[in-house]
Amino acid sequence: MTKMLDYPEPETLAEALTLLAHYGGRAMFIAGGTDVIPRLKKKQICPEALISLNRVAGLGGIDLNGDLRIGAGTTHRAIEKSVLIRERFSALTDAVDVLGSVQIRNVGTIGGNICTAAPSADTAPPLLVLGAQARAVSLKGERMIPLETFFQGPGKSILTPEEIVAEFLIPAPLPCSASAYWKHQRRLALDLPILGVAVQLTLDKRTCPLPGNLNDEGSWPAIWQALAQERPVCREVKIALGVAAPVPMRARKAEALLQGQVLTPELLAEAARIASVEAQPRDSVRGEAWYRKEMVKVFVKRMVLKCMERIACGETPAVELPGKA
Amino acid sequence: MKRKISFTLNGHTVQTEIDANLTLLALLRDQLGLKGTKEGCGMGDCGACTVLLNGMTVNSCIFPAMEVEGKTVVTIEGVADKEGNLHPLQKSFVEHGAIQCGYCTPGMVLSAKALLDENPHPTEAEIRKGIAGNLCRCTGYVQIVEAIKAAVQETEIASRCPQ
Repeated sequence: MTKMLDYPEPETLAEALTLLAHYGGRAMFIAGGTDVIPRLKKKQICPEALISLNRVAGLGGIDLNGDLRIGAGTTHRAIEKSVLIRERFSALTDAVDVLGSVQIRNVGTIGGNICTAAPSADTAPPLLVLGAQARAVSLKGERMIPLETFFQGPGKSILTPEEIVAEFLIPAPLPCSASAYWKHQRRLALDLPILGVAVQLTLDKRTCPLPGNLNDEGSWPAIWQALAQERPVCREVKIALGVAAPVPMRARKAEALLQGQVLTPELLAEAARIASVEAQPRDSVRGEAWYRKEMVKVFVKRMVLKCMERIACGETPAVELPGKA
Repeated sequence: MKRKISFTLNGHTVQTEIDANLTLLALLRDQLGLKGTKEGCGMGDCGACTVLLNGMTVNSCIFPAMEVEGKTVVTIEGVADKEGNLHPLQKSFVEHGAIQCGYCTPGMVLSAKALLDENPHPTEAEIRKGIAGNLCRCTGYVQIVEAIKAAVQETEIASRCPQ
């Protein structure tokens, strides 16, 4: 870090918010620091103080009480190790499994990932499809913010300068549901996504186990043949894309096509095509817009199938790493 | 703005005064003279600066020194035992040619150590995931993974032999 900074360490949320107000916009919160410190070093931000959240009570914890509650200060590593989240909210585990590196995950927090509001935030598409809400707290009170409205632009959230996110609340999934997230990246770690695709799917029943390897499109005809007998109906589906627009987005037209329908390969392909039309990616160092749109088509199909595989198993195997097939 | 901190470093208590804006890497190298931890990218993207904090790996180049208060830090200097006997991982790295220029090595050894401390019997996939935060531009990782596997086997054999 470069210039002289204050580093206050409040112990309650109220203290932290009071400090924030005291600095009048010239201070920033820091938890893990994996986004804040690099930006500070690159002089992209110049606060007078970094207000540490690491001693603030009540920002941690993962608990299930009907709904899932994840404290905003929960590290990605803690989420990675949570059996509860891996089994029932798997898209989020998929995301933290491939986020950064072990070193980053040991200190980086889900609150930081979401509040930094990069279009590439790996935990954003999963939280979107899981129907998450953020509980934002200020000295004047609190409010629940659905993740759909949270992101306002690259690096911009709907939070006012007086607010902080204390926790995320995720509704318990319906029976015969599963979720999955794919981070399309060139490296196996330490890379931002070229594209992120998350899906949460609810079927009308649990189907037979899917034969074949989902990563090998050659085995898909066999998979679909097995499913054709059972005619699984999509009760509900949510599809979210990262790095496909200025903010993490839902592909609502694609969702509408699938809702209430028997899932067939033709329908899924059409939904994936519609999602790629809905996406508005840009050219960047990691990939060009046309390529991202093509990959939306590929990974929407794969993640819906992944969800179907997970529903069929009743438990969730890990999303396989690429490049081995 | 100077702040007093107290923490455990490689088994010893350290009490010192720091500027609040110091990184852990700068504290270790510049203030405490421990040059084993390296600066690669300075942004948390390469893992050369990896140290253990309460047994967990962190990138010290982006870690505020203020946050070590009351915690335990282990650097590469603290991996060999007090008599200077190399840790099985260190021996294995040497024996398997896992060190070329050596710049990634301190961080790599610490990531491997943290992995094995938590999971003494990792699969190759788990090893690769465990060191995925440490970039090596020389070896292509082959000898590094072999060295870690060999250290795992060494430890397994040792734990089966009655002492």
